[in-house]
Amino acid sequence: MSSNNKKRELPERTAEDKRAFKQELTEVVPHLRAFARGLCGRPDMADDLVQETMLKAWAAQDRFQPGTSMRAWTFVILRNAYLTDMRRNRFRGEYDEGVAERILTAPAGQEEPIHLSDLHRALLTLPPERREALLLVGAGGFSYDEAAEICGCAVGTIKSRVGRARATLASMIEDGDIPDRSTADPSAHRAILEELDEVAAGNGQAEPTR
Amino acid sequence: MNEQKKSIGSATGEPADAEKPAKADSAKPDWADGLKQFYDSVVDEPLPDELSKLLAQLDDGDDA
Repeated sequence: MSSNNKKRELPERTAEDKRAFKQELTEVVPHLRAFARGLCGRPDMADDLVQETMLKAWAAQDRFQPGTSMRAWTFVILRNAYLTDMRRNRFRGEYDEGVAERILTAPAGQEEPIHLSDLHRALLTLPPERREALLLVGAGGFSYDEAAEICGCAVGTIKSRVGRARATLASMIEDGDIPDRSTADPSAHRAILEELDEVAAGNGQAEPTR
Repeated sequence: MNEQKKSIGSATGEPADAEKPAKADSAKPDWADGLKQFYDSVVDEPLPDELSKLLAQLDDGDDA
């Protein structure tokens, strides 16, 4: 038995634990950047989010269980920070102009490869809960189970979100109908904000639309 | 559940959409790989200075 049973939480970490934690954290930072970049359109904002996540993760390291996935654990922190930030600041997920300039409009006839920035832009038009689900599964390579755990929702919910996100992207891309920076549309703003509120309030538990 | 919709375009009674024949019958559309590429491209970027610095600062308190 360890001598630290008085604490409800895990025992305090030694310097060695901290080093191990830091090592693991360091390894996932590039992944945090990728997840954040997918969530928000602006790289600078994404990196702010990563910074915030790193600090929070460091401060909460006692709650990390060694041997579990650091990537999944930190993604939860990043996701929560994102939701909080978005609600506090209104929707600021506008697409970065510098990146937007490099976008080639997808032609309706498909021989042309899809431009990554097109894809990103299309991704950003998805409701946040579907966007994150697709990012986790389709880009980050998480299993449905892992993604469900990260988002705090049922596996079936994740599957349906991913499915809907894919369907929406597929139709946008195949029709060459990727909106340009459409998040400027005020009604879209409102819809997204409302959805964010739901996601944040319900801890990710969103009702299946329809 | 129904992730294996390889043969969307097969003769299952759906009215044939003659629009995009070649596209429809691959299990994963091109852009699905694009998502992964997008993610990986960011993962492969060098870490910005501010993040490296922050990582270095996290050492505070311990001898490194």
